Amino acid sequence: MIQAIVFFPLIGALIAGLFGSRIGHRASEYLTSGLLVAAALLSWVVFFQFGFGGDAAQPAQAATEGHGEASVFANVMKVELFRWIVVGELDLRWVLRVDTLTAIMLVVVTSVSSLVHIYSIGYMAQDPSRSRFFAYLSLFTFAMLMLVTADNFLQMFFGWEGVGLASYLLIGFWYKKPSANAAAMKAFIVNRVGDFGFALGIFAAFVVLGHLDFDSAFGAVDAAKETSIQFLWAEWDALTIITLLLFMGAMGKSAQFLLHTWLPDAMEGPTPVSALIHAATMVTAGVFMVARLSPMFEAAPVTMTVVLYVGAITAFFAATIGLVQNDIKRVIAYSTMSQLGYMFVALGASAYTAGIFHLFTHAFFKALLFLGAGAVIHAMHHEQDMRKMGGIAKTIPKTYWMMIIGTLALTGVGIPGTSFGFAGFFSKDSIIEAAYAVGGTNGQFAFWSLVVAALFTSFYSWRLIHLTFHGKPRASQETMSHAHEAPNVMMVPLYFLAVGAVLSGVAFYAVFFGDVNLIDQFFAGSVVVDHGIIEDAHYVPTWVKWSATIAMLLGFVIAWYMYIRRPDAPERLATQHAYLYRFLLNKWYFDELYDRIFVKPALWIGSRLWRDVDDRLIDQTIVEGLGNRVKDITARVVKLQSGFLYHYAFAMLIGIAALLTWAIAAGGVFG
Amino acid sequence: MIISSNILTILTFLPLVGAFFVLIVPGDDKVAINNIRRIAFITTILTFGFSLIMWSMFDATSAGFQFVVDYKWMGDVIGYRMGVDGISILFIVLTAFLMPLIILSAWGSVKHRVREYMVAFLILETLMIGVFSTLDLAMFYVFFEGGLIPMFLIIGVWGGKRRVQASYKFFFYTFVGSVLMLLAIMAMYWYAGTTDIRQLLKTDFPEEMQFWLWIAFFASFAVKLPMWPFHRWLPEAHVEAPTGGSVILAAVLLKMGGYGFLRFSLPMFPDASLYFTDFVFVLSVAAIIVTSLIALVQEDIKKLIAYSSVAHMGFVTIGIFSANIYGVQGAIFQMISHGIVSAALFLAVGVVYDRMHTRDISAYGGLVERMPRYAVVFMIFTMANVGLPGTSGFVGEFLILLGIFQINTWFAFAALSGVILSAAYALWLYRRIIFGALNKEALKSILDMDRREMAIMLPLIALTLLFGFYPAPILDATNASVVALVTQYQSTIGALPLDALAQ
Repeated sequence: MIQAIVFFPLIGALIAGLFGSRIGHRASEYLTSGLLVAAALLSWVVFFQFGFGGDAAQPAQAATEGHGEASVFANVMKVELFRWIVVGELDLRWVLRVDTLTAIMLVVVTSVSSLVHIYSIGYMAQDPSRSRFFAYLSLFTFAMLMLVTADNFLQMFFGWEGVGLASYLLIGFWYKKPSANAAAMKAFIVNRVGDFGFALGIFAAFVVLGHLDFDSAFGAVDAAKETSIQFLWAEWDALTIITLLLFMGAMGKSAQFLLHTWLPDAMEGPTPVSALIHAATMVTAGVFMVARLSPMFEAAPVTMTVVLYVGAITAFFAATIGLVQNDIKRVIAYSTMSQLGYMFVALGASAYTAGIFHLFTHAFFKALLFLGAGAVIHAMHHEQDMRKMGGIAKTIPKTYWMMIIGTLALTGVGIPGTSFGFAGFFSKDSIIEAAYAVGGTNGQFAFWSLVVAALFTSFYSWRLIHLTFHGKPRASQETMSHAHEAPNVMMVPLYFLAVGAVLSGVAFYAVFFGDVNLIDQFFAGSVVVDHGIIEDAHYVPTWVKWSATIAMLLGFVIAWYMYIRRPDAPERLATQHAYLYRFLLNKWYFDELYDRIFVKPALWIGSRLWRDVDDRLIDQTIVEGLGNRVKDITARVVKLQSGFLYHYAFAMLIGIAALLTWAIAAGGVFG
Repeated sequence: MIISSNILTILTFLPLVGAFFVLIVPGDDKVAINNIRRIAFITTILTFGFSLIMWSMFDATSAGFQFVVDYKWMGDVIGYRMGVDGISILFIVLTAFLMPLIILSAWGSVKHRVREYMVAFLILETLMIGVFSTLDLAMFYVFFEGGLIPMFLIIGVWGGKRRVQASYKFFFYTFVGSVLMLLAIMAMYWYAGTTDIRQLLKTDFPEEMQFWLWIAFFASFAVKLPMWPFHRWLPEAHVEAPTGGSVILAAVLLKMGGYGFLRFSLPMFPDASLYFTDFVFVLSVAAIIVTSLIALVQEDIKKLIAYSSVAHMGFVTIGIFSANIYGVQGAIFQMISHGIVSAALFLAVGVVYDRMHTRDISAYGGLVERMPRYAVVFMIFTMANVGLPGTSGFVGEFLILLGIFQINTWFAFAALSGVILSAAYALWLYRRIIFGALNKEALKSILDMDRREMAIMLPLIALTLLFGFYPAPILDATNASVVALVTQYQSTIGALPLDALAQ
């Protein structure tokens, strides 16, 4: 079954990609979508088998037998395909591994992917190379599935770079747009910077742990504690440096602070791509990686603190930029970055299940928001600037309500202490409580960053709704007259996602962040479940439980005041704080900074090395100089200047023969 | 067995037989030229077939030389000695595999002096296979340097505008290196009393002597490979060479340098190799970073790929001198993989060059519009060049980096940064040629790849992906010999870095 889930998308991608022009667009669309739906259905079956299936009875037994807290035992299925790299001590095979963590990812990836496939049938209907688009989408899904079913570091790396390739192809799908091409390259290269760390981490892991398959490597973690390794200039604690390097890869893929610049630009790709890759699945690969490697991260407290801080900073930083963006997709992109920051805070707090929980719920509501935004863009004739929208709630009511549901889920609407709430309410509050439970300066920092970010989230989300749907129409008369609801093929996926955005929180809270024994049972050893932090998070003070909700309400009120009550307020504020406004609007000037310290110098050094060192110094001065001396001498000694290269060639051959004969003769005689 | 004892002889000299038939085809009209092409093609296909037979008969569990032939020749000294082991066998298969594709690629692009072109390539094939299959040092030298002459002619006769300068430079560089190697060979003969490589491998050269011998061999191999800063001839040679010449140059001739290090420098001069290890690492890392940066700003497609070749060879030398199983296995794998991928890239450049007769990157743009098949092919090899997992380019680089990481993390760190740069220059190239709007008048009627061109590319694509997902055929074939080489080396220098690092 797992083979079917993983390889159906690949089959679809190959057929649509290679024979798309022969079988036609329609057939490619139906084939890839159909295979994906099948994979999604199978994934749900696997998910329930692993999370809630017959095996679930066993941990309960184990507990009664007195294992108590140690009732962590692996419920893993592995399917070996064939061997990959086997050299010396290194033994890497292609293996599909399924456990609860994988099963969760399978569900997320295939569900969102199949809905995005179906949605794209409508969204891309006018595009002349639709087959190619669907082939890329399916290829991406395959790579992502290889990533989440990986049983060793290198297969994970394969999926990791594979999704990077698919992302590159899809961002640059409209290859005639120079901005799309630039964004695609940027995404690939920035990700490679992260992968640089990932690869070093893999090498270090192999040296220290002696294995690259997860189970053996995790088995060696205990012995590796307290050991150190020489890396560059210093001796490091082995597990700390390994996990830090690996985390660098996660930062690149999940667009965390400093390696985030590619994600907003990635919005150049078609909107379904943004929903699938740059919101629901690929960007969460970093979160998945840390969760998958939780036994290693858990043994490296320094790294955990770094993860916590990076997450908290990203959550805050991205939210500040989201406040002022005008492109509807960019607002959601920054929101995604910010939410990924939340997930990393959870991981850094050792509350891995909370991070995965947020990954799970976020996939639904963020895909909903993106696809909803796609429907808006569709309605507005490919206009993405919110300043040219407004007042279309009545024109496209279904899309409007879908966006509202997405927003309610993202901002985390719910009543603390009850089980009423949208998906984001449960998962986000879990994280905020876990952050508080960390305690100390680190915990306080993370907690307050997230609470402020929650306020910002609420503000920019409602700002988006107000600017897009409420107020007076700012689009041209003509656009407004043509604005229409998207066809059913696009709307139905939204309904499905809306169900997820409403229910995925309340339905799964118990197994992700409820009772610890239930969590143990559900995850069955696939991630580390730290009982302490979860219990602590459950018993934080009441004001902490309410803090996120209050921040959310505050953000809502401010947005309402600024965009409905006093629509002139934003502009006034922007002119009053012009510097701050421009700082945020220009994304803290990271692009400019990187261009100046990396891109330009690299090109400058490259051309200097080429023109000055390679051409002038090595070639013209040294070699040609030497050559000329040789030529002078030969010209004087023998007149071999017949002008034909052949003559040199044969002269050389004769020379060789002569030398060789002489050598052997001399050797034979004297040796 | 008749076959097993003669297969190397057949492999080496079959192309020469083909060349003879090509020469005696009468006439110069169309029919004759077609016959010439056919003969050349059939010869190379047969050779490839024999190379596969050899591979299938090869016993991968044994580290020693196989299919050995040893006849006395030339006054007891130089023998006709042939044999292959895990280190050399795949280079022969690679050479034999590429030749039919090269002959096929010349079908459309080489229009004048077809006969001479085919003869030159067939002779070159004999010499190349000879390099990898001979077990006599003097014969090695003859094959090694003999290859220069046909290559020199190929560039000089069928090359581009500045072909004379380019071939002169090519010649000058390699010749200087080879003179030193010749002196070293003589010295070795005087010391050991034989040119039999198997005997020489067992000979203990004094440390002082090793030092000088190592330098002399290095001069030749470093130019051939090429290592920075002895690489300057390569971009020029590539730019001016016809497509087939570039392919052979990048895919096979460069590998002779790497093969030389593995066959001679490491096992025969272990002490000197150890002494020079850091020196080699520094040059290799410089090659990776410097040439990648240079590739970033190139305006000529072939030059860009040529510089990227130098960077990839930097990985090879790092792997070889890591002298552990991962590094050496990776280096051989990287050489085979680069043989496939660089061949494909130069053939791909040939495809558009045949149509547009320019290599300027700025003359292209938006090709995907008119050439979707070409876009896919070029994408696959761009990704292989970048070392994307799932392509053969990844496996070699990964093993090499894994090997060097155990020796010195600084070099691993620096070499790995080349992975970022390679993504930058390769994607930048792809974007400028394939993507973008198709605005240039001249490109508006360009045709996509035809059947013949696809037939050339498909085997290369298949192998790139096959070895990316299932590298076992290569790794298995080389394993025993590499283990023997590494163990021998480590015990000679009295160190086992693998254990040393675990502490």
